[in-house]
Formats: sequence, C-alpha cells, structure tokens
Amino acid sequence: MNARDSFAGRAATPVPQGLIDGPFHQRLAALNHARAWYDWAGYAAPSVLDTVEFEYFALRNAASLFDISPMRKFRVAGPQAEAMLNRMVTRDVARLAPGRVAYVLWCDEEGMVIDDGTLFRFGPDDFRLCCQEPMFGWLEDAAWGFDCAVTDETDALAALALQGPTSHAILKAAGLDLGDLRPFAHREVAPGLAISRTGFTGDLGYEFWGAWDAALPLWDRLWEAGRAHGLRAVGYEAVNIARIEAGFLTAGVDFQPVHAAERLHRGRTPRELGLERLVDFGKGHFNGRRALLAAEKRGPRSRLLRLDVEGHKPAQGALIYHGRRREVGHVTSGTWSPTAKRNIALAEVRAPWGTTKSGDLWAEIYTCEEGVWERRMVRARPQRAAFYRPARARATPPADF
Amino acid sequence: MSEHGRYDAIVAGAGHNGLTAACYLQKAGLRTLVVEKNDWIGGAAVSRSLTPGWTYSNCSYVCSLLRREIVRDLDLPRFGLQVIPYEGGGSFTRDGRHFGYYADPAQLRRELRRHSPRDADAYQRYSRTILRQCRFIRPFLLRPAPDPLSARPRDLGELAFLLKRAHGLGSRELGETIRFWTASIGDFLDEHFESDLVKAHLAGSGIIGTGLGVYSPGTAYVLLHHYMGDVDGAIGAWGFARGGMGAISNALAAAFEEAGGTIRTGAGVEEILVDDGKVTGLALSDGAEFRAPIVASNMDVKRTILRHTPRAALPEDYLRAVERFKIRGSSAKLNIALDGMPEFPAAPPGASFLRGDLHCSESLRELERAYDDWKRGRWSDEPYFDMLIPSQIDPTMAPPGKHMMTVFIQYAPYELEAEGLRAAGNWTPERRQAMAETVLDKIEVACPDIRRRIHHMEIRSPKELEDEVGLTEGNIFQGELTFDQLLFNRPVPGYARYDTPVKGLYIVGSSAHPGGGVMAAPGANAAREILHRIGRAGNMPDLAA
Repeated sequence: MNARDSFAGRAATPVPQGLIDGPFHQRLAALNHARAWYDWAGYAAPSVLDTVEFEYFALRNAASLFDISPMRKFRVAGPQAEAMLNRMVTRDVARLAPGRVAYVLWCDEEGMVIDDGTLFRFGPDDFRLCCQEPMFGWLEDAAWGFDCAVTDETDALAALALQGPTSHAILKAAGLDLGDLRPFAHREVAPGLAISRTGFTGDLGYEFWGAWDAALPLWDRLWEAGRAHGLRAVGYEAVNIARIEAGFLTAGVDFQPVHAAERLHRGRTPRELGLERLVDFGKGHFNGRRALLAAEKRGPRSRLLRLDVEGHKPAQGALIYHGRRREVGHVTSGTWSPTAKRNIALAEVRAPWGTTKSGDLWAEIYTCEEGVWERRMVRARPQRAAFYRPARARATPPADF
Repeated sequence: MSEHGRYDAIVAGAGHNGLTAACYLQKAGLRTLVVEKNDWIGGAAVSRSLTPGWTYSNCSYVCSLLRREIVRDLDLPRFGLQVIPYEGGGSFTRDGRHFGYYADPAQLRRELRRHSPRDADAYQRYSRTILRQCRFIRPFLLRPAPDPLSARPRDLGELAFLLKRAHGLGSRELGETIRFWTASIGDFLDEHFESDLVKAHLAGSGIIGTGLGVYSPGTAYVLLHHYMGDVDGAIGAWGFARGGMGAISNALAAAFEEAGGTIRTGAGVEEILVDDGKVTGLALSDGAEFRAPIVASNMDVKRTILRHTPRAALPEDYLRAVERFKIRGSSAKLNIALDGMPEFPAAPPGASFLRGDLHCSESLRELERAYDDWKRGRWSDEPYFDMLIPSQIDPTMAPPGKHMMTVFIQYAPYELEAEGLRAAGNWTPERRQAMAETVLDKIEVACPDIRRRIHHMEIRSPKELEDEVGLTEGNIFQGELTFDQLLFNRPVPGYARYDTPVKGLYIVGSSAHPGGGVMAAPGANAAREILHRIGRAGNMPDLAA
C-alpha cells in the first residue's frame, strides 16, 4: 500500500497537537530524569535524559542507545528502482551491492544539495533511503516514468542506534553475533528486524530497523544485554558532540536543505560541503549534474571546514575572520571535544579563504560568565581528517571494548 | 657486557613527569633517553594486570589534575588517552545511614537538606570559596613558582604576576586566601557545616596522601590541591583514565617515542655522574653508562640527591635542606578483583553515586583519631578510605559482570611500630594482611558481602610503594604538600627552578613545584626551565598562555 492510498481515510481524524510519542517513548520517558524533550520531526525526542557529559562518555567509552525512529524512511522498489535512484543521487548506485549501505546526497537541478542520507540495498530491485527531510513528494516526482514504487515507511519502521566501543559485545550478549558484519553492511537477523553497521558517531556501532509495534521488546532485549557493558540511553546533545567529532553534517545546521531554504543562494553544492567525493560525474546523467559541472568550472563559493579552535570555549555561532579583520564565514557547529581534548568546529568559510587561502583564520567567540560578556579572537586551524576516528570503528570482527 | 651511549639529555625514571619532560626535551631537538628501573614504565601512574582478565590502577587511581594544556599540546588522545569523568560519591555509617554526593545538583541539594537544611545552603558558599581559590591558583600551575628571595629578572616577573593577581583579590579576599592556605580542613568545614557525616565526606580530600590530620593546619590547602583540576573544564571533577592510570604514562611514552625518543627499562640509576660540579651522565644498575650534559631526575628529591648523587658534589646546606624535606608515607592501598558487584544495602537501589568515590568515615573526630594511630606508628584502627569501582564505567578493567575496586587507605605509616620498634622492615606479609583485614572490616559497613566477592587482592603498604615505584617512604606526592614546602620552597628554598647545585642536574618530578597528583606540570615546567638555560626557550610551547 502506498502512502497516498491511506491518506483519504486519515483526513477525517483530527491531527494531534504538539509533540507525539515515538515507538520507544515509554522507555525513554521512564529514563528522562532531565525531562528535556525536543522536537524531532514532530516527535518528542530526548535532548538529555540525565547528564550530557555522562551520556556522551557512555557513547565514547562503553555504549549508548539513541532512538532514531523520527528519521524519514522510504522504500523504493521495482525493476527500475536502481535506475531511478541513480538518476536522483550523485553517487553510482549501480556499484552498491545488496547487503550494503551508502552515504548519499541528492541535488536540485541547480546542483544544490536537497538532503543527505543513507541508502540501503536489499536486492537488485529493492532499496531504502533514510534521511532528515520529508522526501516522499520528491521521490515520487523523481520516480515518474520509472517502473518502481515509493513507500513512506517513516511511521511504520522503528529505528534504534546502538553506538560505542562495547556495542558489539552487547550484540553478542543479546544473542546476535554479527562479528563478520563489516562497516556499511546490513543484514536481516530475524523476520522484520534488520541490523546495519552504521551510525552518526564515527564509532563502532549498529542501527536496528524493525516494526514500530515490536520496538519495546527490541529495546528491552538490548537493555538487558547491555547491563554488564555500560549501556546508557542518551539524548541528542551527547550524540551531537560525537557527530561533530566525527565530522558529520546535520541538515539545517551545517547546510540548508535547499527545499527548505526560503532565502536565495542558501543552497550549497556537494563540493562546498566538502563532499565532492560523493559525486560521480562518470556514471551518466543525474539530477543537478549539468549545474554541478558548471560549478566545478567556476569553483566553489565557500567551503565547510573542520577547524581546530584555540582555547576551550566552544565556538558555536562564532564569526570567522581572516587576518583578524575581514569577516569570511561562520561556525555552523562548535563544541569542546571531550575525547580529542580539542575545541572543534565546523565552519562555512567563503572562497578563497575557505579554499585556497585558508591560513590566518580566527574565530570571534563571545562568552558570558556570571553576567560579564567577553569577546575573544582565537586562532582557528583547518584540519583535514575527522577530529576523532577510532580504529575500532573499522575493525572486523570488532573488539569487545 | 655493558652498554654505553651519548645523549643530549637523560631522564631518570619513566613516571608521568619524567615522560612529560622527555617529550618536551625531545621535541625541542634534544636526543633524549629515558631510563627506568622497572621492566614496565609509568612509575605511580601505572596499570598492571596481576590476575588474568583484570587490570589494576596499582598506585594513583583517579585523574583530574593532569593539565589539559599538556594533554592537548602533546595530543595524548591520539596516543590512546581518554579521561572519563565519574559521578559523585557517597559515605556510609555503621548504623545504616548514607550521604550521597550526587552529581546532579538538584538531587545533591535535596540530599544535603535531608541531613541538614542549613548545610544545603552552606554548600553553595563552601563551593564558591573553594572555586574562587581554584581560580586564583590555577594560572600558577604551568609557571615557575614566584620566588621573593630571588633578584633575577625572570623571578621578579613571576613575582610581579603573583602580586598582580594577589592585589586583584583585594585585602579581604587576600586575607581569606592566606587563611585558607594555612588553615585546617576541619576548621574550615566546621565553619560551614553542621552535619558530621557531610563534613566527614568532604574532609577526605584534605588528608589524602598527607601525614596530617583533619585538624592540622595546612590540610585546607591539600583539599584545594585536589580540587584545582578539572575534567573538560568542570573544575573539581575527577575521572578515570580509560584502561587505568597507566594509560597516561603509555600515551606520554608513545608521544615521546613518536618524536624519536628512546626508553630503556629494566635498570635503574646506580649513580649520577658528576665531574667538576657538572653532571656528565648516569651509571645504571646493570653496568650500562650513558653520557649527557643534562640529567632530569623523575625520582623524588631525596632519592635523587641522598642516594644517587655524590655527596662531595653538594653543598652542606643544600644536603641538609633535602634531608629535612618532609616526605612521610601515610597511605596504603588495596586493589581488589571482584567476581561480581558488591551489594550496598544502605544505598537507594541503582544509586548513581556508587559510581563515584565511597567512604565509611562518619565524623571529623573519627578521622582525627585515625591520624593519632598513624602518629604512634600504627595503621588506623578506623581507617579513612577512598574506594571506587571504576569497572562500572570503564569496560576495560574487568570482564563483563566482574569488577575492579581500588581502595586508597589513610593512614598507614612507613615505619611501622612492632614490639616497641618503628621500622619499615616491620611490614611483613602477615602485618600487611592484618592491615587489609582491618580495612575490609570497615568496608563491610558499606558492603557486607565484600569478602565473598574477592577474587584477587593486591595489598600495598608505604614500603611496597617505596620498593616498587621508588617513592621515598611511600609518599604519593614525592613530598608533602604543606605550605613550608610549596611554591618557591619546593623542593627546597633557592632551588624552586627545578635545578640543583650540580649544573645540568634537574628535579622534574612531583618533589618540584607545583607538586603531586598526576598533573604533569612539574615535568613540563622543568623542561621549559632546562630549555631556557641552554638557550632553546623558543623550542618550548607556551602552555601557560
């Protein structure tokens, strides 16, 4: 059944006001001592359950559970599903084998990124795309003329991220030995329950995909298995620190999904986001290709940089200067990294300072301590690699901690 | 067969300060050798496995003071160092009461109110006073100590820095500061709190590692010393090094070796070689000899000077000052492999504070009596202990479901009294075991099933600490942290710049400013001083900025 068929029936029911419960809400609510919820696609999602610091360290030192069910999930299936997706995303989907997951981007006809997400391939004709932004309409439009069907699984599929160095030990304790599952691989471990070795933390970790109404037993199974392995439920604030350390982007924060941007020129090309490796010009036509080729000739207007910022005051929201005087960009995400012990930031910096002349960059950080505002101009040094990239994330089979 | 070689600098002892100094010397371009008497490195920041499946932080066991400037500059996380904060702590009483020092501020306030509504309010003022003192002292940690007795321009600069900061406090606050630095923790706590249990819980940091009682002047500073660190900017917070405290030394060693340095284990210093008032190298216990114009000793000042430096090379007044340097051992330790999590029947179910530091001392009077025992040469009948189970947080220390417990014990004398005689040799295996039993009896106040949980136990008296790590009398700070031997008086007056009367011989361990606690500051400060003296100051990063 596709989402449109059921729409007429739903129209008569009044829609709920405010935030609604996700599939794991009962468990999360019992653990949410901080009573801090935020709006993730209309769901009440925990920003902190207890203490950001301890949640973060559970993630980086032991293991963490984080509900990712509000992600948008779309099934794309049919004889021409591959062709349709290949025309939509910038990577070559033909090279994605069944059982594998790819990080993908898709652009509008001007080459501006609409969203990023993970693309799962189940079989020759069967895919799932997971992303932040509502995408059903765009996928349906993109599927026009292709022999494939798009199904919105967002509210049918619960998803849970188990991340951290003891996550594989927890899988084993839960009776799920996936020691041979490589990074970016996925597998159906029971009817209706799939596990992928993916995540948003840059660490060893897995994501679980199962039926919405089977969510609580899944949570309980992992929770029990995690008892002796330091498992802790975490909120988004902890995950956000980890994803900045890993250098991962958040839509609406580090870039503006072009469909949601009301102001002109807010869209960015993959290269401007530092993601040009995800664009395959050789694979044939895809949406935005012509515009991106032209953009390659012109060169990027800006670049999203990873910055190592002096001092320890987080640079969130700081403006970036060249030579302390010329304003050339701004920090999109900034945090103190408790693991790398560095003050780290992602920042959009205009060309040429973000591209060819990226020396002599400074961040202007404002702090307010006990009622006194201070302005600090500190060095910001571009860094190529992720701030934290542990080898354990790539080891197969993974270690126990 | 004996080995010879020539280096630009040799560091004697692969403790965390020696390795820190070695990193900075090597990175400044000096070919540096580190020699270590044990077959392993780390000194008192060490992780060893003594029973399969378990790892102990055998000596030091928690981390907070390690200077983040050094961690960042040497990029220690890249070499595997991860410091994980722990949550709160708690104290238990014989009659089944408890005090939970919760990490959650709202919960802590409610808990304090349960003991005394006045104390709940007092806690805010108490914390403010301590944090103010921390704010004052922290900038001095990565600088040489200001020396009012010196007229050298560099010393005058440091003195000006001190005076400027002191002046900034205003006379009232300066008075408070001086009072705080010289007061006893007992008096300070009595001023603020009324609950005996709350006071006992907070007093521990004032006596850890120190041959003083809670009512001895100077113990308030010892508490401050334990508060002035941080974990990720949270001042006063403490954490575990993932993999045990050896992770700190191992990361430093890896950074040193990546920079091209050499570490040689298995033979310690026999003699520091001196010729015409200048150091020329080291003779090791295995017959090897290495030459260098700079020797940086990570050993404490007493061991360095009195045991390994030719007496003829040293002026008499310096020798006497070193001889009277107080370095009394006062602490012992149990490291326990547990075959399961012990029960804490008095704690609320699932209490988060069990992941922090736990104690069974009920009042300041009890703590003072524990000190009286030590003065008489005995281990305390009712010892104070600082007990943690890091394996609740750190998955690397014990198999899943099993645990590792570290129990720091105060007080235990170095020279134990037995049959009317006080001697370190009185620490026989039987007496060590008897001390452990005394401690276990007291741990039973909190966890009655502790004895049934023990899979393996390491017992360390001050004597073992001296024999194995090399700390004179087993003093964990390489010299007590009392005002008479802090700042420009540390280790001895006139030699606060990490130097000695022997040209080229330096003291780089915790005997030097700013003292012990796994800070790495003495090592880094000493390296800066050494490089300055050989005209290479420009090769040292400015960590104090």
